[in-house]
Amino acid sequence: MDANQWLDEVLWQGEFVELTAWAEPGRPSDCRRLDAGRRVFDSLASVRPALEVARMSARVGVVTFPGSLDDRDAQRAIRLAGGTPVALWHGDADLGDVQAVVLPGGFSYGDYLRCGAIARFSPVMGAVIDAAAGGLPVLGICNGFQVLCESHLLPGALVRNAGLHFVCRDQGLVVESSRTVWTSAYDEGARIVVPLKSGEGRYVADARTLDALQAEGRVVFRYAEGNPNGSLRDIAGIANEAGTVVGLMPHPEHAVEDLTGPGDEGLGVFVSVLSSLLAVA
Amino acid sequence: MTPDTVTPDTVTLAAGASAADSAQPYAELGLRADEYARIREILGRRPTATELAMYAVMWSEHCSYKSSKVHLRQFAATAPDTGVLLVGMGENAGVVDVGEGLAVTFKVESHNHPSYVEPYQGAATGVGGIVRDILTMGARPVAVMDSLRFGPADAPDTARVLPGVVAGVGGYGNCLGLPNIGGEVAFDPSYAGNPLVNALCVGVMPANRIQRSAATGVGNAVVLLGAKTGRDGIGGVSVLASATFDAAGQPAKRPSVQVGDPFTEKIVTECCLELFGRGLVVGIQDLGGAGLTCASTETAAAGRSGMRVALETVPLREASMEPLEVLTSESQERMLAVVTPAALPDVLAVSRRWGVLATKIGEVTDTGRLEITWHGELVVDVPPASLADDGPVYSRPTARPADLYALQADDPADLARPTTGAELRANLLRLVSSPNLCSRRWVTEQYDRYVQGNTVLAMPADAGVLRLSEETGLGIALATDGNGRYARLDPYAGAQLALAEAYRNVATTGARPIAATNCLNFGSPEDPDVMWQFAEATRGLAEGCRALGTPITGGNVSFYNSTGVTAINPTPVVGVLGVFDDVARRNPLDFGLVGEVILLLGETRPEFGGSEWAWALHGHLGGCPPAVDLYAERMLAEVLVAGSRDGMISAAHDLSDGGLAQALVESCLAGGIGARIVLPADLDPFVALFAESTARAIVSVPRSEELRFTEMCAARDYSCARIGVVVGDTLDVQDAFDIRLDELRAAFEGTLPRLFGGVVSSTPAGTPDSRASA
Repeated sequence: MDANQWLDEVLWQGEFVELTAWAEPGRPSDCRRLDAGRRVFDSLASVRPALEVARMSARVGVVTFPGSLDDRDAQRAIRLAGGTPVALWHGDADLGDVQAVVLPGGFSYGDYLRCGAIARFSPVMGAVIDAAAGGLPVLGICNGFQVLCESHLLPGALVRNAGLHFVCRDQGLVVESSRTVWTSAYDEGARIVVPLKSGEGRYVADARTLDALQAEGRVVFRYAEGNPNGSLRDIAGIANEAGTVVGLMPHPEHAVEDLTGPGDEGLGVFVSVLSSLLAVA
Repeated sequence: MTPDTVTPDTVTLAAGASAADSAQPYAELGLRADEYARIREILGRRPTATELAMYAVMWSEHCSYKSSKVHLRQFAATAPDTGVLLVGMGENAGVVDVGEGLAVTFKVESHNHPSYVEPYQGAATGVGGIVRDILTMGARPVAVMDSLRFGPADAPDTARVLPGVVAGVGGYGNCLGLPNIGGEVAFDPSYAGNPLVNALCVGVMPANRIQRSAATGVGNAVVLLGAKTGRDGIGGVSVLASATFDAAGQPAKRPSVQVGDPFTEKIVTECCLELFGRGLVVGIQDLGGAGLTCASTETAAAGRSGMRVALETVPLREASMEPLEVLTSESQERMLAVVTPAALPDVLAVSRRWGVLATKIGEVTDTGRLEITWHGELVVDVPPASLADDGPVYSRPTARPADLYALQADDPADLARPTTGAELRANLLRLVSSPNLCSRRWVTEQYDRYVQGNTVLAMPADAGVLRLSEETGLGIALATDGNGRYARLDPYAGAQLALAEAYRNVATTGARPIAATNCLNFGSPEDPDVMWQFAEATRGLAEGCRALGTPITGGNVSFYNSTGVTAINPTPVVGVLGVFDDVARRNPLDFGLVGEVILLLGETRPEFGGSEWAWALHGHLGGCPPAVDLYAERMLAEVLVAGSRDGMISAAHDLSDGGLAQALVESCLAGGIGARIVLPADLDPFVALFAESTARAIVSVPRSEELRFTEMCAARDYSCARIGVVVGDTLDVQDAFDIRLDELRAAFEGTLPRLFGGVVSSTPAGTPDSRASA
């Protein structure tokens, strides 16, 4: 059998015909994206029409500290989910009319002391801490999670990765709780892939706190397919008792488009808060 | 810098006049006797100690390009006129028009010697320096890349240098919020005492917002922005960058390395971008090599103006600093802005808002002199162009290295080749696990590739791809390449091969290559053998850029890369920029869809000179590098770009080091799907798998598009052979061998963690340890 015959034989086996039929004419590279898209939780479909209504009303603030890096990315994620992003400045103690706040990733004030330790004392955080007590939804991503822990809005602390190095990878996560305003669009137990990128992402707390978090269903995300940083009990994200304040180390705002992320499975975080705001309104 | 250069009696002009005939330590500062005589002639008197130090740094090889200038001129002189260049060579970085009113600026620069002395800080400040160059043009920096070369992977000193360099590149870039989208890591004994750390930065701006460095407008204020000035990095360019290391020199030179503070760079960046956006600055220049000396003389020279600086107003970290220390300090994260008196209050207000220190230190004059005072006393009074532009230029002697004939005659054809399937299989596994070809994950996992949310492709893709416009999908691709072994065997061809590979990598992703930058890493220019290599490489690069239609927009020369008398392999590193109309059309490298056809584009010849196979299997370096065919490269690029644009290709991967075998392994592992391969019948399987012939790529094509694609290749008379199909979980080469992907992955991924520590923790989730309580 010559090479071409052999190839033709392989090519015309039925299984491939079915698979290649997925390809849209002229856009073969998109069929893989289509494939990825189908894996993405279908539950989003049910909330999307509602988002059209929320688009004009839901205003979500994103704080920029000096050294914030993912602030514009968080704004993009809010926009793609259907909300209106509002830039908040670290030196400004007025949150205006925002209905939720995101503390983005980065290295606030350089993080030369302890991650988040200086940001916690910024004027804007005074306002955020007060508003959170009144039920304002607050999400802390990466450095924002560190700020939330330093602010005692969430228990525990983030310390140096067990491997000592910065780790950037596409990280599998299990959504352990959909009973928070930031995860309501997910199915509990859903597996999602979201970028992780941090040097001090190892979650630690004393045993009693960890037990309580577990018992109260406040572990929101856990690492799947390998613990990347030595976080205790594989914890990637937690919530306060009310489920309004959530902090996580991985970056859902970097998984909102197939083109620029490992998929769009992080979008659900922003969809969740917008739909809960809509429900309240 | 010896203490006796700072004696008070020679610091001021007034005091210097009375010491007119006493000897000055010019040689210790790196100046030659004739250069010193020329300084006296320019000034018509004995220079003050401060002036002498300024001439020493500005006339150093690093700042003046005195040995390379005569060769670099041809880049501009023979550049192809493609109409995309908005700013060419000579500015801080070249600027290219990419359409839709946007301009892109990019440049690659070396920080080799500091990274050897102090790996973390050397590499970190290398990133910081190139980022400020990009910022200076008016652009928002949007990504970095790093091209790294070290001694043997298993050498003890590599274990010291590599982890520090990687952590430094990552630490600075990550903290600055710049995605790292690609680069290179290579190992070779010639870099054992002199690693190469080349960093590239790319930035984007509205095409009408390009900033200039000229200090113009008499009475305008000269404002220093950013960090305070300290004693770090004094003499970096003359003591460190423009001399070779001696055996004991390393610790003693540590004070010449700067210390980076990426947080300050981040706020300086945001502050400057706001100043540019509001049109508040007339001129801007970063403080890099030679610090304030370089920034003040270059801006004044560019503006054909004069400048008066009150040096005691410069904010200092240490109050005891002498004038010449303030002027030559290379403290990082500083910018020099020229602003109108009317705009000054706004500039200071914007700076205050960002928490950036901003201080008026002087003003623009029409005297044609740079006059610097220290507490009211004149310490410097020089024509700025004499430092910035009129430094010495040398046409140094060149000589073809005597050993080159023997080296080229030592053809790898005589090396023992694998013949059986089992031998081919064993060779392939040796290659994919060799330090130069194995997975770079250990390095790249330490870099943030996601920040800014516009990274479409990053490592291990052929080129980094960034989206510039969310509305239209306009985007760019960037690749850097270099191959010191090829250049050692033939520097003219080696430079063209580096260019061709970067060009091919960009085209492989589907982008149209439009411009190039370069970082030329060589030994001592005082060695005629090295100078011959340099002359050949620059000639090759200039002619190559002309043939490919990619003008050189700027770059950097790094000489004195040797330890003792042994020069490194000549290593021209070339970066190529490409443009996409729509980045959604990019070609990833991973085979993604079962049943697609794998096509091999280009001609394969038995070319093994300088190859990875000869090196990894036999430790052999000899013969001639693969033939360069720039016409074929252009044709291949057309095929790849058209295939991407018209949606015919679902994956593409360039063939280079390690040949077809390596490309197949990488595409299979990236997609997690295997391939069945039938090697072309007219080729020896060994040659087909491992030869490094140029102008080749593999593509995976849906069967619905195969005919259209092959007809397009035929219309361009470009060789296109069907060699396999994407399927299964093995790499199966018919009639030769098969390897399961998990075995391949273990070989490919295991090497760097084994050499540099399994530091990237991957404790399985749910294990008792990871669930233990604190």
